[in-house]
Amino acid sequence: MAGFDKRVASYEEAMEGIESGMTVIAGGFGLCGIPENLIAEIKRRGVNDLTVVSNNCGVDGFGLGILLEDRQISKILASYVGENALFEKQMLNDEIEVVLTPQGTLAEKMRAGGAGIPAFYTATGYGTPIGDGKEVREFNGRHYILEEAIIGDFAIVKGWKADRYGNVMYRHTAQNFNPMAATAGKITVVEVEEIVEPGELEPSQIHTPGIYVDRIIQGTFEKRIEKRTVRS
Amino acid sequence: MALTREQMAQRVARELQDGFYVNLGIGIPTLVANYIPDGIDVMLQSENGLLGMGRYPTEDELDSDMINAGKETVTARPGAAIFSSAESFAMIRGGHVDLTVLGAFEVDQQGNIASWMIPGKLIKGMGGAMDLVAGAENIICTMTHASKHGESKLLEKCELPLTGAGCINRVLTDLAYLEIKDGAFVLKERAPGVSVEEIVEKTAGKLIVPDHVPEMTFDAE
Repeated sequence: MAGFDKRVASYEEAMEGIESGMTVIAGGFGLCGIPENLIAEIKRRGVNDLTVVSNNCGVDGFGLGILLEDRQISKILASYVGENALFEKQMLNDEIEVVLTPQGTLAEKMRAGGAGIPAFYTATGYGTPIGDGKEVREFNGRHYILEEAIIGDFAIVKGWKADRYGNVMYRHTAQNFNPMAATAGKITVVEVEEIVEPGELEPSQIHTPGIYVDRIIQGTFEKRIEKRTVRS
Repeated sequence: MALTREQMAQRVARELQDGFYVNLGIGIPTLVANYIPDGIDVMLQSENGLLGMGRYPTEDELDSDMINAGKETVTARPGAAIFSSAESFAMIRGGHVDLTVLGAFEVDQQGNIASWMIPGKLIKGMGGAMDLVAGAENIICTMTHASKHGESKLLEKCELPLTGAGCINRVLTDLAYLEIKDGAFVLKERAPGVSVEEIVEKTAGKLIVPDHVPEMTFDAE
């Protein structure tokens, strides 16, 4: 690597430094916009006792679901974990700790983590089990709970196009959690469908500026569809 | 007769106004999109990060990068915008969505809603529901009035863990359309052929029954 060139040559190099016990923030919503090859590399490495922060936990056999097969995840922060039989089994057997987190709060925890905001007040979850034990404050007659930001040892992100400086664009709703995840990793790794030369991406159209990105790699993707709905 | 799911969607759709940004939850709320009245333009918000959700794609349009909050493949309508989940929940939490429609297990006379967790059963998560009920001024809750065993779901106090506190002001059940005001349900309309007595019997929470409770009509649709 030289200067601002963030490219790495292999997935092995992309995830270099990941260790058991680390916190990994992953972009994606359902199976849309998930860093599927970076997840596969985490599986290959066999690291375990991971804390994973992601809206969902993949499905059986795909996405983050493959990290359950060898029990690599010990704790997950997610808003919805319903599509995965192995996950349910591990949750019911107390083999995995699940911290259910409202979707908007999860996004904001990542955003705040990347933006240097240690905590924020939100009305979401006040008066519910999510607010239990959290600091409550009243602003303008309304109650808010204090939620803390999240920073990951690694953030793994799926982009569409990037230049080699690590400026990233996302495609359609595959954007979802990826831009926030990208800001919140001590080491942020982005895999994309295409790496282009600096100058080829319109600067004002870049979603994630390269300053947040440590490593980029070009991959090929299955991009599996979770619920195929079509009209005739 | 109790309303069908389609009739419930039709009734909710009458609350839509031209120029509304609307978030529709999974289930009956999703069906509301099929009954948007003529001459009214609404923009559907999908909380994964899409404002201006269109129809399901054709086989040719199918795109794995284009899904809605239910993880179904969709299209974007002309004039749509796509953004991050943080941006999406900024518009939700910030009160910018004009109408939210979502389902529930229980609602009570204080406007509390329980919709995400039944203790002892598998808990899958709240997704965006807690943010939606905390952020919206204008929420319609769609649900059956009572369980299959006849137990009321419109309660004095929710028994299940809450999704949000004091946030629901309108409820459409299969039997009635009600508002929640000053610690009571107010019966506004009843389903065709459903008596006030039946609604009274199946409402456990405090219910105010005005002198005249009009019957919903569906023949025009």
